[in-house]
Amino acid sequence: MNVSTGHFRRPRKQSSRGLKAAPQAVPPFESFYEEHRDAVLRELRRLVGREAEDAYQETFLRALRAYGRLKHADNLRAWVLTIARRVAVDHYRRREVAPVVVEPETDSRPAYAELGELADGLPHKERAAVVLRYGYDMSYAAIGAALGSSEDAARQAASSGVRRLRRRLGGERQGPGSPAPADNHLTTSDEFSLTQRPRAETRRMQ
Amino acid sequence: MTVSPTLDARFREAAAAAGLLDVAYDLAETPIGTLLVARTDRGLCRISYDPQPEREAESLAHTFGVRVLRAARSIDPVRRQLDEYFEGKRTEFDLPIDLRHQAPFSRAVLDRLARVPYGHLTTYGALAAEAHRPKAARAVGTVMNRNPVPIVLPCHRVIGANGSLTGYGGGLERKELLLKLEGALQPALSDAPPAAPSPPQFDV
Repeated sequence: MNVSTGHFRRPRKQSSRGLKAAPQAVPPFESFYEEHRDAVLRELRRLVGREAEDAYQETFLRALRAYGRLKHADNLRAWVLTIARRVAVDHYRRREVAPVVVEPETDSRPAYAELGELADGLPHKERAAVVLRYGYDMSYAAIGAALGSSEDAARQAASSGVRRLRRRLGGERQGPGSPAPADNHLTTSDEFSLTQRPRAETRRMQ
Repeated sequence: MTVSPTLDARFREAAAAAGLLDVAYDLAETPIGTLLVARTDRGLCRISYDPQPEREAESLAHTFGVRVLRAARSIDPVRRQLDEYFEGKRTEFDLPIDLRHQAPFSRAVLDRLARVPYGHLTTYGALAAEAHRPKAARAVGTVMNRNPVPIVLPCHRVIGANGSLTGYGGGLERKELLLKLEGALQPALSDAPPAAPSPPQFDV
């Protein structure tokens, strides 16, 4: 798994007026760990609360697995916090996964597949919040973790996304204010490798 | 918010147990001072006197790879054998040593050095001759000076042809202490040493 973008390639040369910023050499893992561990734990406490300690270990083990392949040390704080957030998302996903339910015959495709396409065109954050909430039945806390924001902000983003969809779809196919139809087809967002089956009962937006 | 010692130790152990480290190291307290002891998956790779851990970590990362982490449990076997040695209960070390980054001549010399038994003394010239380079006594001195794992590879048992202690990477006092501990300094050089032990294992 590629845990970050950019860190496995050498950074582009930042040259301005002949000055070259040389990429920082990757420090021993020990220094990296010492420097960022408190920040990682703080972030994980915020995202997963009492289960932060397991997530902490997982975060640094993932970082360690990728560490030998790093080409430069620019912004390692951001890199490791990205890993921490992904660990938090996985953590929620594991917890929230539901047994696969036999779905009604009306549509063989999973809800998230429909929803992604339907939500295309929404602003980035709203789209992600809508897909994760209604396609994956994730909690707002987990969505907040995925998006690097708070639970409230996630709720806000999902609800304004739904409002926007209603306006748009209402204009296109149904009466204003009616819920979005569930038979649209869509693809998953490439930002989240969403692979689990959603619960059948959440296939429709309410 | 700071990471508790328990959580910290748990991660370090997990990292070592998962085989994700290029180098694991820790400090070890001995009667001749604090040592930094480091190992790879192939064996012991460094023992440093008066260590500055940050600089050592940099240097280990440079030689063996950047995944260098302090991990106490990983060096417990070394710590235990060092303790026994300093208590006079151990006359040979049973530890694999990682010499893969040594030049062929250094490796040959260190290999000979490993066979110099507890309580015995030898000379730079004698080691040079054993490594088939009889005129390379000075070069042997350099190899001794850069010995990656002093004590375990006993460069303290190597002295000048005139019987002077000559020098030691960790300071002459330490060389003297080690030789006294082994009973090699007094009385004379010619005193009968204990039975010759077998050399440590190598992984080169």
